[in-house]
Amino acid sequence: MSAEGISKFDLVIAGVGGQGTILASDIIGKAAVKENMSVRAAETHGMAQRGGSVVNHIRIGCELGSMIPMKGADVLLALEPSEALRYLEFLSDDGTIIVNTKPILPVTVTSGLCSYPDVDAIIAKLEETHKVKAFNATELAKEAGHPQSMNVVMVGAVSNYLPISVDTLVGCVRDLVPPKTIDINVKAFEMGMYVTQG
Amino acid sequence: MSTREYMLGNVAIARGIVEGGGQVISGYPGTPSSEVIGTLAGMKERDFYVEWSVNEKVALEVAAGAAMTGVRSVATMKHVGLNVAADPLLTLAYTGVKGSMIIIVADDPSCHSSQNEQDTRRYSQFSLIPCLDPSTPQEAKDMIPYAFEFSNKVQMPIIFRPTTRISHGKSDIELGPVEETRPAAEFVKELERWVMVPKNARIQHPHLLEIQKTMQEELENSPWNSLELADGAKVGVIASGIASVYAKEAVIKQGINASFLKIGTCPLPENKIRTLMENTEKIIIFEEMEPVVEEQVRIIAQETGSSVEIIGKLQGPVPRIYELNTDICADVLAEVLELERPDVPAEVAEDFDYDRCRIDLPMRPPVMCPGCSHRASFHVMKKVYGKDAIFPSDIGCYTLGIQSGTVDTTLCMGGSITVASGMYQAGEKKPICCSIGDSTFFHTGVNGLLNSIYNNADITVTIVDNRTTAMTGHQPNPGMGKLATGEPTVEVSLEELCKSMGAGFVETVDPYDLEKTEEVFKRAKEYEGTSVVITRQFCVIDAKRSGIRRKPFTIDAEECVGCKLCVNLGCPAIEFDTTTKKASINAMCTGCGVCAALCKFDAITEVKK
Ligand SMILES: Cc1ncc(C[n+]2csc(CCOP(=O)(O)OP(=O)(O)O)c2C)c(N)n1
Ligand code: SF4
Ligand code: SF4
Repeated sequence: MSAEGISKFDLVIAGVGGQGTILASDIIGKAAVKENMSVRAAETHGMAQRGGSVVNHIRIGCELGSMIPMKGADVLLALEPSEALRYLEFLSDDGTIIVNTKPILPVTVTSGLCSYPDVDAIIAKLEETHKVKAFNATELAKEAGHPQSMNVVMVGAVSNYLPISVDTLVGCVRDLVPPKTIDINVKAFEMGMYVTQG
Repeated sequence: MSTREYMLGNVAIARGIVEGGGQVISGYPGTPSSEVIGTLAGMKERDFYVEWSVNEKVALEVAAGAAMTGVRSVATMKHVGLNVAADPLLTLAYTGVKGSMIIIVADDPSCHSSQNEQDTRRYSQFSLIPCLDPSTPQEAKDMIPYAFEFSNKVQMPIIFRPTTRISHGKSDIELGPVEETRPAAEFVKELERWVMVPKNARIQHPHLLEIQKTMQEELENSPWNSLELADGAKVGVIASGIASVYAKEAVIKQGINASFLKIGTCPLPENKIRTLMENTEKIIIFEEMEPVVEEQVRIIAQETGSSVEIIGKLQGPVPRIYELNTDICADVLAEVLELERPDVPAEVAEDFDYDRCRIDLPMRPPVMCPGCSHRASFHVMKKVYGKDAIFPSDIGCYTLGIQSGTVDTTLCMGGSITVASGMYQAGEKKPICCSIGDSTFFHTGVNGLLNSIYNNADITVTIVDNRTTAMTGHQPNPGMGKLATGEPTVEVSLEELCKSMGAGFVETVDPYDLEKTEEVFKRAKEYEGTSVVITRQFCVIDAKRSGIRRKPFTIDAEECVGCKLCVNLGCPAIEFDTTTKKASINAMCTGCGVCAALCKFDAITEVKK
């Protein structure tokens, strides 16, 4: 868990280059700053963005470094199922995993070099040790109006755990997404939020 | 109105340049430094000059020239870029500057996007140019106006060295006031100072050594160094740059009573180090990469005859490679102070055991985008030159072609043509065909090609011209007719440039046209001497941004025989179902048509709508 005197809330966002992990962390980071909390975040840029595995750390109410220690995160937000497993080491023992169940196959799999694990097996594995909220966020994003709003569905899903008000988060969604897509993204946020409620 | 904004470290650094009143900013892209110029060039209102230079040596000299006239200048680059600019750097230390000059050099411990993990503080020691080493994005921003002022005061350029976690970290940033004054450019002739003939160099070198003490004293008391002596503490922690926030967190986490010296400058705060030594029995030093601080601490201990125990990386256990983090610092503290090990020992952190999950995770390496023109160029190159040919390559998106067997060497930027000609001159008999990107060609490839033509190397040089500097974020380059700011400029012709250097074979093709490309490569292979093939096609990311839309392709399952010819191309849009033994194309297809041209069974066709 995020430790007293160091950070208020530690969040790891994992995904694949191109899924919009940076926008997701920007919405959360900006919202936290709007509510007068200090934020430290670390992002994957460059090489790994070409379809590689990416991970962002966001620490809310933290004035030190941006890297969350092992077993330090309160929530692991995974935009892709196998990436949840890849970064599980950052999640604290009593932390929660919110995971999109729609896989993205890496070239190593599409070309037949490696195999992709069964998604149900991944979720079952995660559930052995942690609380898990698993759902197909890509499907919800399509319902909201565009599959690309999946990242915002996930921000909505984690909003129930963050020490930030929903209004501020939605305000930041509006500020940060392309103007033409505001309605779709606000809807995407709300759909995500309902999934993890209760 | 709030003056706190959430921003990327590099955007904060750009803001620091604005606050400090920077006037001339030049640089060459390189992860993790590129967004500094990207941000400045993208500003709608600007009262400074900003350029993408063709390479780092050029950028540094442009900034040096500007600073000789008395203005405030900045050169930006990634760590390895300073190797390219090392020649002017070492002599610039002798001439010094008249206005102010900051050399921003972003280090990349752990090689997130780099070919090595050199430590720029070594260049600071080597050149005797001071270096600032920020610990947070906020400090990074605040250091820039300070560096302008300090540079002007001591008439020396200043190196500023963020690392990946600063440059690509985000943080709330408290903005500061913007410097209003703008010194006017006026070059004053002073031969003793600006002309480094031996006579003058012999005067400037002792001068450079002389001012070290003054600079050290001034930096010692800057806000970037701070010493907290803890009551009754027998342990002292020294941490430099970003390592200081990791070390601090580890100290808090482990509940250790330790004195703490945070270092942000090189030359180091020697008095503070002495004070810490006098007040502790054991000193533990955390710094990423080279033991720059540690060596100095050991020298001071020897000079003062101190018996304090010094723990760092020379004799372990602090690692000399890769980034540090809180876990590593906590683990070192636990080991050295014989405390209970933290929850997760660093070994686990470093070498996470996937077996623990009992599920094998597929690797997810970065790959070239669906429809990337480099993939097409490589495919034909391999076909024409053969599997046994040698394919020296360079640095850019095309380096990802390592998976297609057409990247046999990458040494440094511009190192493809030269390595290829060296192999030829050594007597290597296999066909040699090297590849280099357009930006890399303008960077340092030009000299290599000139040398290869001049010395009659019988090789083929493929310029994979996707009309951008893609790998580092699509910055403009001289072949595009576009400035850093997006304004139009002269478009340098690769063809004319190569011909004017004496190349007897220069041909341009669209690599999506596999047949034509094959025909051109065949003739290039036959040609005796250095042949140049320019494969020109927009990077698909740029094409998409500029509104070029191609219809996607699809595979007719009836026609597909599962031969995998298209799959072997390695396009991420092509999937292979191992149960049905058929290929299919997913939604990522950008419609380059290359796979369709390969299929011998006409199973791949454009989607009709
Ligand atoms: C000396 C040096 N400067 C900068 C870089 C960073 N860098 C890596 S690839 C690249 C540009 C590649 O552009 P280009 O050659 O056009 O190839 P593309 O990525 O567009 O395929 C740069 C600037 C580096 N590795 N070394
Ligand atoms: S960004 Fe452009 S050059 Fe780089 S892999 Fe993608 S298509 Fe190719
Ligand atoms: S046409 Fe074929 S090779 Fe080109 S992007 Fe589509 S699937 Fe990939």
